[in-house]
Amino acid sequence: MAADKFPVEASHILMFARAINDPNPIYSDADYAAKSEVGAIIAPPTFTQSSAQFDPDYFLRPKIGQAWFGSGKEPSGLQRRAPSGEGSGGGGRPSGAAAGGLHAEQHFEYHQPLRAGDVLTATTRPGKTWEREGKRGGKLHFSESVTEYRNQNGELVVTARGVGVRTERVIEQK
Amino acid sequence: MPLKASQLKVGDTREEVVLEHLTRTQLVMYAGASGDYNPVHTDEVFATKVAGYPTVFAHGMLSMGATGRMLTNWVGDGRLTKYGVRFVSQVWPGDQLTAKATVTALRREGSQHFADLDVITTNQNGQPVVTGYASARLDA
Repeated sequence: MAADKFPVEASHILMFARAINDPNPIYSDADYAAKSEVGAIIAPPTFTQSSAQFDPDYFLRPKIGQAWFGSGKEPSGLQRRAPSGEGSGGGGRPSGAAAGGLHAEQHFEYHQPLRAGDVLTATTRPGKTWEREGKRGGKLHFSESVTEYRNQNGELVVTARGVGVRTERVIEQK
Repeated sequence: MPLKASQLKVGDTREEVVLEHLTRTQLVMYAGASGDYNPVHTDEVFATKVAGYPTVFAHGMLSMGATGRMLTNWVGDGRLTKYGVRFVSQVWPGDQLTAKATVTALRREGSQHFADLDVITTNQNGQPVVTGYASARLDA
């Protein structure tokens, strides 16, 4: 995930905390937060993942004026035009989670609390890639990416390392 | 309240139900907040007819986020220094998630105390869905 400007806003933190089912007032109550050790509303530990909202090229967000692979009139929006690109599966069933595979691992290092009002810059570099023979989905292709989140003072706040996996075929569910 | 090193020992555990009953609406909330709109998580028609899943399933990061609630409730807000997981099994509508942490080590770097934790979140059948680790800064 790359983003030139990721403003960390209290309302976004509130919605994110609700979305992960966490009622901790440090994420929503400015008065409570002011009296806490950190002294301000902070973001939950996994919040930086929502930098996807500020990545102009994030491929799992519908783009205005472009076909989207989720359902509309047809089960996949990409059936409306000649199959091409990710998620179309060339007319067949796409693999893994249909676009970009599945999330296999996620790791965070926290260098300082992430506070409402911070403005982050996210820079991402590719990491290792490797393959493994899977039990159910055929060969598994793993790839790593490392994202550094720096605040408005250029200080490193969070380092995130994600590992994605693509399978050769849909994993059969029991 | 931050944890105190003097009150902890290796093997101590903390367990919390972090998701009582996963609803599809919760998945919509997570998609909207996180920006991950992959239709396998929110679009039943796409998930079943195109991607071949029995129904929609949770973003891994929703399970990791919910698990983080147990961690921050235990170690205190702004105290985590590391947190990482593997997504070992999918989480489906109707699932209940219980997150558990176990102290694996207590360390000191200079005058600063830290705890290393083993983390596991299981569904209502006892099946692990998320496994990982965390580290936290402690008071003395």
